[in-house]
Amino acid sequence: MNRDMSYSAVMGRKNEIMKKAIGIDYNVFESGDIAFDYERMMREAGYSLEEIQRIQGDTGVGNTPILELKNLTALARKCAPEGKGARIFIKDEAANPSGSFKARRAATAVYHAKRMGYKGVIAATSGNYGAAVASQAAMAGLKCIIVQECYDSKMIGQPEILEKLRACEAYGAEVVQLTVGPELFYTFLSLLEETGYFNASLYTPFGIAGVETLGYELVMQFRERLGKDPDKVLITHAGGGNVTGTARGIIKTGAENVEVVGASVDLSGLHMASDKDFNKKSFTTGHTGFGIPFATWPDRADVPRNAARPLRYLDRYLIVKQGEVFYITEALSILEGLERGPAGNTSLTAAFALAQEMDQDQTIVVQETEYTGAGKSPMPQISFAKQNGIDVLFGDPDTEIPGKNIVFPEHPSMIKAREFDIDKARTSYIRNAITNYGKNEINRNDLDFLIKDTKSNQNYVLSVLSEIGVNIK
Amino acid sequence: MEIAKIGDWVQIHQIVLKTEERAAHLPDDTKKVPLELWVKGFALHEGKTGDEIEIETITGRKIKGELVRVNPRYIHDFGDYVPELTKIDMQLKEVLFGGEKNE
Repeated sequence: MNRDMSYSAVMGRKNEIMKKAIGIDYNVFESGDIAFDYERMMREAGYSLEEIQRIQGDTGVGNTPILELKNLTALARKCAPEGKGARIFIKDEAANPSGSFKARRAATAVYHAKRMGYKGVIAATSGNYGAAVASQAAMAGLKCIIVQECYDSKMIGQPEILEKLRACEAYGAEVVQLTVGPELFYTFLSLLEETGYFNASLYTPFGIAGVETLGYELVMQFRERLGKDPDKVLITHAGGGNVTGTARGIIKTGAENVEVVGASVDLSGLHMASDKDFNKKSFTTGHTGFGIPFATWPDRADVPRNAARPLRYLDRYLIVKQGEVFYITEALSILEGLERGPAGNTSLTAAFALAQEMDQDQTIVVQETEYTGAGKSPMPQISFAKQNGIDVLFGDPDTEIPGKNIVFPEHPSMIKAREFDIDKARTSYIRNAITNYGKNEINRNDLDFLIKDTKSNQNYVLSVLSEIGVNIK
Repeated sequence: MEIAKIGDWVQIHQIVLKTEERAAHLPDDTKKVPLELWVKGFALHEGKTGDEIEIETITGRKIKGELVRVNPRYIHDFGDYVPELTKIDMQLKEVLFGGEKNE
């Protein structure tokens, strides 16, 4: 075989490679314009909730416990106005086989790959998803390759990612490690073409449907325990799959009044494709560097249509600081006896602040925890930050500047959840859709799609469209 | 310098894209450096650090690259002691439990 393996040739074969590697013909869901039939894609290309419960049950995934964080609630009440301080609960997703909720996504992807007769699976991820795919592939007897962005140009690796490399190798996967840059996708495509393996993308209908069980279980367990639905569910938001899958699962329980709240760590100002910025961040996921771009344009992923569409489901989006998340990670350990990974505690940090605005008889459920270990814990991550010239100090978390310092709150009452104006994200999403499809007028079907994809209404979408001079046919 | 024998577990390095081959729209600092790759596998022949060597990875792929390590160890750990974290722990107990001293 003498295929042209140059960058431009491989990128040019993207659609062909992807079609073979996912086995979904996305064209059948397309309208030819901005709109596509999202629900039909989820129904026909994914699996039903019952099927997924069976698939995950067979691999020991799911049914993780919900724990009430009584001491953290008590601490929030000490910081809150009189009578305020909702009860905080957490779903201990670290109890999954590979130590995070990502096992849910991987279980369905690997099951599908095996059923379709693929010999192996490949995933492009520097996060917990790699270990999850590797663990599921081990159970299924499939080969597994994980492609990670791991090092800067001096071969200094992010400690969190080096730990994930170790975990993937512990589950028997081959790990291909790269320096910083979006051309990771080129290596990824080359590997898919070379091996003929399945693309266990984070963003397929089956991957996202795999997370639906999380939201579903959460509400059912909560009802069983407290006889009611939670008031708010807090979800760490990065690529959008956690928000989308969890919210869809909540909807499937019929719980109508649960507020779906996303949370990310503020990494504003750091460029995600910058070699120099790469090791100046202390979080490699759950941050705004993924959260905002994926909310405002989900179809930037490694599949033609992303099944993770966070703006469809988010009621609120909150931003917390790196120093605050490390502080709450310490609190979870020291006050609750639960040592868990920092990135997964992003939404817990937001919950701690949000609880203080709510009445004491109200409830918040934080929907994940993740495993912790060498490289992936406050001590190695903070000492790595110090080695990279980041100042570590106590003060007002609002003065934290990503890449310059990490500011631990001087007192827990200084932890804040900063409201991200979700309408701003909706506006950018609509603008991106118009720009990427090069439209100056759209049809009714596109209008309805944009309304649904932004969880807004006709007046809102029309007002954004008129600002940018786009008409309805 | 390390020597790899046939069958040794080694790590190799490749330049995937030279600086001039990199994608457009990259930040300047990233544009100035090549895209590099590391992967591990079993050495298919002998070689020393810096030599081009062919390996077979755990999935059975055969690839060539510059030998960088033989029996590579994991280098990440729990880092240096961070006194700020202990200060946080002490403060949390103080705020919640009101500073009673353990007798």
